Order: sequence, then C-alpha cells, then structure tokens
Amino acid sequence: MSKKRLATVWLDGCSGCHMSFLDMDERLLTVAGMADLVYSPLVDAKEFPENVDVALVEGAVSSEEDLHKIKLVRERTKTLVSLGDCAVTANVPGMRNPFGTKAVYDRAYRENVTFDPGIPDQVVPALLPNSRPVHEFVKVDVFVPGCPPSAETIYYVVTELLEGRQPEVTTKTRFGS
Amino acid sequence: MTPEELDQIAETEREAQSHFTQRVNVCVAAGCLSCQSQAVKDGLDQEVDRRGTKDQCQVKGVGCMGLCSEGPLVSTSAGVLYKKVEAADSAAILDSLDGTPVSRLVCPTDVPFFQRQKKIVLENSGVIDPDRVEDYIAANGYTALIKALTEMTSREVIDHITKSGLRGRGGAGYPTGLKWSTVSKSVGTQKYVICNADEGDPGAFMDRSVLESDPHRVLEGMLIAAYAVGASEGYIYVRAEYPLAIKRLKNAIRQAERVGLLGANICGTRFSFRVDLRLGAGAFVCGEETALIASVEGKRGTPRPRPPYPAMEGLFGQPTLINNVETFANIAPIIRNGGEWYAQIGTEKSKGTKVFALAGRVENTGLVEVPMGVSLREMVFDIGGGIPEGRKFKAVQTGGPSGGCLPSDCLDMPVDYESLARAGSIMGSGGMIVMDESSCMVDVAKYFMDFCMTESCGKCIPCRVGTYQMHRILTAIGNMTATAQDMKMLEELCDLLKHTSLCGLGQSAPNPVVSTLRSFAEEYRAHVEEHKCPAGVCGAQPVGETA
Amino acid sequence: MRQAAPVKTLKIDGRDLSGRQEETILDVARQNGIFIPRLCEMDGLSDVGACRLCLVEIKGQNKLLPACVTVVEEGMEVTTDSERLQGYRRMILELLFTERNHVCSVCVSNGHCEMQMLAQRLGITHVHFPYRYPKEEVDASHDRFVIDHNRCILCTRCVRVCDEIEGAHTWDIMGRGIDAKVITDLNEPWGSSETCTSCGKCIHVCPTGALFEKGRSVAEMLKRRQFLPYLTMMREENE
Repeated sequence: MSKKRLATVWLDGCSGCHMSFLDMDERLLTVAGMADLVYSPLVDAKEFPENVDVALVEGAVSSEEDLHKIKLVRERTKTLVSLGDCAVTANVPGMRNPFGTKAVYDRAYRENVTFDPGIPDQVVPALLPNSRPVHEFVKVDVFVPGCPPSAETIYYVVTELLEGRQPEVTTKTRFGS
Repeated sequence: MTPEELDQIAETEREAQSHFTQRVNVCVAAGCLSCQSQAVKDGLDQEVDRRGTKDQCQVKGVGCMGLCSEGPLVSTSAGVLYKKVEAADSAAILDSLDGTPVSRLVCPTDVPFFQRQKKIVLENSGVIDPDRVEDYIAANGYTALIKALTEMTSREVIDHITKSGLRGRGGAGYPTGLKWSTVSKSVGTQKYVICNADEGDPGAFMDRSVLESDPHRVLEGMLIAAYAVGASEGYIYVRAEYPLAIKRLKNAIRQAERVGLLGANICGTRFSFRVDLRLGAGAFVCGEETALIASVEGKRGTPRPRPPYPAMEGLFGQPTLINNVETFANIAPIIRNGGEWYAQIGTEKSKGTKVFALAGRVENTGLVEVPMGVSLREMVFDIGGGIPEGRKFKAVQTGGPSGGCLPSDCLDMPVDYESLARAGSIMGSGGMIVMDESSCMVDVAKYFMDFCMTESCGKCIPCRVGTYQMHRILTAIGNMTATAQDMKMLEELCDLLKHTSLCGLGQSAPNPVVSTLRSFAEEYRAHVEEHKCPAGVCGAQPVGETA
Repeated sequence: MRQAAPVKTLKIDGRDLSGRQEETILDVARQNGIFIPRLCEMDGLSDVGACRLCLVEIKGQNKLLPACVTVVEEGMEVTTDSERLQGYRRMILELLFTERNHVCSVCVSNGHCEMQMLAQRLGITHVHFPYRYPKEEVDASHDRFVIDHNRCILCTRCVRVCDEIEGAHTWDIMGRGIDAKVITDLNEPWGSSETCTSCGKCIHVCPTGALFEKGRSVAEMLKRRQFLPYLTMMREENE
C-alpha cells in the first residue's frame, strides 16, 4: 500500500491550529509513517499538488486569495477537513463582518499608520465583503471545531481518516474548546 | 329596554322613513370615502336643500355596497346603482329618481357580481346608516338578542349555534358552537367575550367593512354570545389602523348603552354586559388569540403555548370566548331564523356564507358574500368578472400570509374549509388575491415571507430566525444567486417552522412557499438553474455584502 | 385540610413513570434522569415555551409539544429523543448560532455556556445555515455588569428573574422578530437605570455570555444557579 498524501492549508487564521498540529509531538512520527506531508506552511512546497488524500484547512475564507486557494484545494483533494473554529464558523476573522471592509482597511492602513497611510492595491489580496466559513464556498467532508482543536483530537482525526474511517469528533471537541 | 320598547323604536323609525318617497344611499365606508364619497353625499344634501325637497327625499350615508373598484357608489329608491359618482352629478341623480336613470353613471346589477351573492353578514351593508341604532333596529336589529334573552335559555342559544354548523370566520374554522359550549361550561369568577377585529392579512378588509357598515350587528352577536356563555364583560380588539371602524364602534356602543341594550339588567333580565374597545398597535401577531389576550391585559402582545386554551384560561386567567368579527356578525340571523335555517346554506361541513375581499388581477374587486362551496372559477371569472386585459389566470391566493397559492387546476374546487386545506391553502379570514401570468410566484412567496418575517414577534427561535433565513433564500432566488443547497435549506426550513413554531403565525408562515413550490416548481427551477424569471418580474440585482 | 395530590402514570421513552397531576413532562423527565434539551426554561422561573428545544412527541398527537409547559396525563406516551426531534433541535440551535455573533473562543462563558454545551451534546459540528453577522451593541455602562447583545439568545430568563424573583422588572424586550432585543428600563443605558438593584440575578441565570460581571476574561465567567431554586423554595415555605 502506497503512503497517503496529507496536506495542511492556512487561510485566515492565527496558525494556532497548526501549532496544535505540531503539539502532536512524537505522534507526528506515527502520522509521518502513514502519510507524506505533501503541502503545508510547515514544508517547502509552493503549489498545492494533485491527488491529495486528506487536506486539513485552518482559517476562514476572507480574501480573494483564500477563495482561489480553497477552490484549488477542493479540486485536488479527496477528503477536505475544516480544522478549527475559523474554518468551521469564521470565528475571530468573522468578527470584522458587522463593520464592513472599509472600516477594517481604515483601521489597519490609515488610522494606526504614521508613515504613508493608504490602502494597498497590490501584493496584499483584496478582502471579501465577509469572512466566512469554508463550507459556504466548497464542500467540506469533515468538521473539526475547536479553538484550537487539541493535538489529541487532531491526531485522532488524521489517523482515522488516513486509515479510511470516518472520525466522530463531537465527544472530543466543540466550538471554542 | 323591553321587547315592547324595541318594537316602539322600530315602529317610529319605519314611520319616519315612510315619509320619504325618494331615497338616495351613498356609501360612506372607507373604500368609497377614499374616493371622495363624502363630497358626493354633501353635494346631494345641498342639492336637496336647494330644491327644498328635504321632506320627501332622504339622502343617507350607508355602508359598503361591495363593488369597491367602481366607487363612489350611490343607490337610489328607483332601484338603480350608480358608480364613480362625483358631487357634480347630484342634480342629475336627483332628477333621475322619478324618471330615466343617468345612463353614463349606471352600474349594472344584473351581473354575477351581484346576482351570485347571498347576503347574511352583509344584509344591512349598503342599506342602513351605520351611525344610527334606530336604523339598525328598524331592520330587525336586536330582535335576536331580545328573543335569546326572553325566550331562550343559554343552552338553547348554544344549541342553535351548534346546529347552524357555523365555524370560526377568523381563519381556523373551529366550530363556534363547540367553543361557546366549552366557555359556558368552564368555571371562573368572571367570564369574558372578546371580538377579534385585528384583521391584518394583506388584502383583507372584510371585518373592517362589517364594522364600518353595520357595527351594531357585531355588538348584538357579542351580547348573545355573552348571554350564552355567562359573560358580563367584553372587549373589542380593533386595530388602530381602522379609525373609521373605531369611530363607528364607539358611537354604536354609546347608542346601545343609551337605549339600554348594553349595561346592567338588559331587557329587564339578570343579564348584564359591558363592552370596551382596545386598540391594537399594528402587530399582526396580535390577531393570534393568546397574543391578543396578552395585549388586552396591557402586556407585550406575544403568544403563549396552548393549552390552556382561552376557553379555560383566557383574559386575566378567566374563561374567555374569542370570536372574529364575521363570526359575531352571523349570530343574530342564526338566532332570528334558527340553526337549521343556516345549516341549509353552504356545504356539508362548511355551513353558511363567507365574505371575501376579492383583490388583485380581476375586473371586479371588492367585497362579496357567497354561500360556502361556490367554485374558485365562479369567484374569479363570474363574480370577479375574469382577468383584465385578456391575460391568462395563474393563481389565486387565499388565506393571506398563512395561506397558499392555488393554480388553475384547482379552479373547479369548491371554496370550503376542507377543500382549501386539502389543496394546500386555508380559508383564512377571507382575503382572495387573484394573480395572472404577469405575477412571479417566487416574488409572491417572497412578499409573504417578508410580511411574516417583519411580523414575527421574536419569541420563538424557529419563527424569529427561520423566517429571516427563508426570506434570505427567497431573495437570493429572486436575484438569481440561489443554489441547489439553498433550495434544500428552504424545504428544511418549511418543515421546521411548520412543526416547531410556537403559534399559528410561525407554523403557517411556510404555506405560501410550500404551495408555490408544489404548484409552480418550474418557476423556482427557472430562477435557480437558468437564472431566468419566466414572468419577467425578478431581475438580477447587484449582490449586497451579506448576500 | 390537605388533599392527596392525584398522581398520573405515563411512559417516557418506554419507561413507566409517575408524576403529580400539575407536574410537566419536563419535571418528571428531570426527576428520572431523562435529559430534554432547553434554553429558555429554568427551574424557579415561569415557563414560556419559547426556545422550542424541549419539544417532544406524544403518541396519538399530531403536534409536537413543549415538555416544559405540557402537564402529564394518565397513559401519556412520550418520546423525547427521536431522530426527527434531534434533527429539529439541531436546526433550531443552528439558527440560533446564525442569528448573532456567537464567537465561543473569545467569550467569557467559553466552557460554561449552556448553548455551547448543548451544541456539542446534540452533535453539532458546524452550522449549515449562513451566518447573519449583525452589528450588535455592548452596554458596559453599569458599574459591575455588562450586556453583550452579540451573545444574547432572547431566552428572556433575565426578564423573568428580574420581574418574578427580584421584583424590579428592569429588563424587558423591545422590537419584534429578528430585531427584538432585551433592554433595561425604557431602552436606557443599564448604568443609568433607576430600577436596577444591581442584584446580579440576571447575570447568573443567563445561559450564555451575554450577561457577565466586569473583569471576567475569556472562559472566566462561572454562573451560579443554586440561588434560584433555593429562593423559590424558601418563599414557598414561608407562604
């Protein structure tokens, strides 16, 4: 049996879910024995590859780049996992939604800036009107709420999926945990 | 007030009226008033004054004559109905009383709109002066009350109502006799009778018209009900948006008190009854009986779970009878003529007549009273006069925001409680909106959902948030941005609201969506899959931030 | 003279149980360790049947009935946890999550919130209805307490405890439908309320982090509920 192909993706989130992923510590070795990490902010791969078996997605969809990325991930992945509250509910990134993008840009690029304030029109991806959960844009196969989900939960979910089983997460994690 | 005194008033009034050899009745209900019928009446009065024929010719303000679309309406003792009358026509009309009618103003009455009607509730509408109790009494008014009080036990009154087969005209069609009997058997230190005049369905104006045209009839119904169930206090809960109805009701209550038909020891019996008005502040949900009761009590008008039903624990925790205006308006004729008489009219399970407010894409819009069981086709094409401008019939919406849209294959269905329910709509309070091919059914569903969302009280979660979500989806469909998942969600929400909402408003809020999804699925599909609105109503609008 | 309270026997989820005639299905279920979810009901307050989470099926009845206000009847057969009920409950709770801005991770009640716990218990891993993201206010004008409308679910426990137990009736509801909100006095800042006694009962009956004490950070707001049944019991004994 060839090794499974695992990826992790970082959209609009604090990277806490990736930290929790690393918190698996020595169990990472078990995971590494089951799958190759073919794409991740933790490894050096520029392009999201084809034929990914399991992709863990951290973060909400907040910008045009996020949207572009998640569509690509969906296309190339068998099992897409929304990992953590930002991916599942939009969580903290979504707290900007009631205020509108203009207020966010102004706060970030004008009000608190002393040197050359102005909204960037290149390099920084444009914000979507709202920051929204992943499943509002693409089909999500597994939801793992938590802020962040514990290393224990992530280990359980990843190993179950790599072994072809459907994880049952509600006893292990919840919104905000 | 004794039976003899009542007779005396009737005699005096009839005697006074018999002096007039000529009569001109001008509709002064809200429909005609809104197109200047007061000026018409003033014009006629002045003309009569000028001619010095005040002793022979009576000009009277009367209630609704039904064909509101042709107002202001004027009828004369020569048996002619005039339409779209202006004050300047006064002389011509007076001239015509003994001669040939003013042909340019004549409104033909030998048409189905008038011929197919059977008037029980509206028997006095357009005939008597709603501001004069004497006129009502001269038209046999309050004889049913006197009969009940002096010749019948409360049990016998209820028996007649039960035998009549009358069902609640507010919408749900609960047997009136059964409700009365329950309240009469309930135990309480004080019982109440409430008249629900919080008519709020878009396009419905039956109750308003009855109150404006014949307020005493409603009071008489309430009095008989109070006698039957053992109540001594009553409230009429009428929406503040009906100022004319309120004015006429207040006047009617004052007059009834003056002649001793309201108050203590009515007709020399032990029966006493007092009525007070409560004005609703425009919340649709206050038409729901438990919300209405809360509002009368001075609380926030929100419904509460039933049981206990108001018949057991209603106003101030006491047994309370709540009936709708039209239900009460049916009572006096039933007592006058007997329950069996009423039961002969209508269908097996839906007895009597029903008043409908006919509106939308039909030639004749207005108020009609027909026997239960006439077909929708008769309503739309005979009484309604068909669809204007040669367009094609598409659907008829009954029951307001709680009802549904019935397509053309339902046209031959009889209009009664059961048939309408089977077809996925409800009788409701009597609004009937006709739609032709220029109406988009998604847009119609969205309109009603917008209404339900705005009128949800917010107490229970399914209705408060569910109507918002349904409205969002319907808006998306109209904007051609909805997806297949949205459609699935819409159906889920229909089911959720129907089965989990606290009160009737939430439970029936999905009806317009369910019924259009069933009969006009193709239109929804066209919006979602082809991004097209077959009726050309919905346009692709810019998608807002939250869309 | 004290009359013997008539007792009814009924079945809940197949178990033969009994209850006094004035007791509700929820009372009997609770006494027997049968869990029925709810968010508006609270022991010691009047019942409003508003959250619709405690709806149960009763054999022979078309309608689902709220367990918190439906009194037991002889021979009643109640089902509290069918698949259909679970589906409705999940949807209702999901709708609640979409209504305002419930961000558990930054909430003072994280880990102690009835809504959060219920979501987990009902197996909700995500909300499939779109979120509304409304702009809601936070009123921190009171010396000791804060109301964060982002987290309010309109259960009206605060309204009822303030009216029925404290007797102040500082809280009430204004607006309707999706625009309804709890207010202090006539929609004045809580801090300038002349009726509020600052007793804090509303804080502790609030099922979420909408009402909390100042100075509490994420997950620090523990609510103490014991006072309510105790107060009610003492009052009844003194009557």
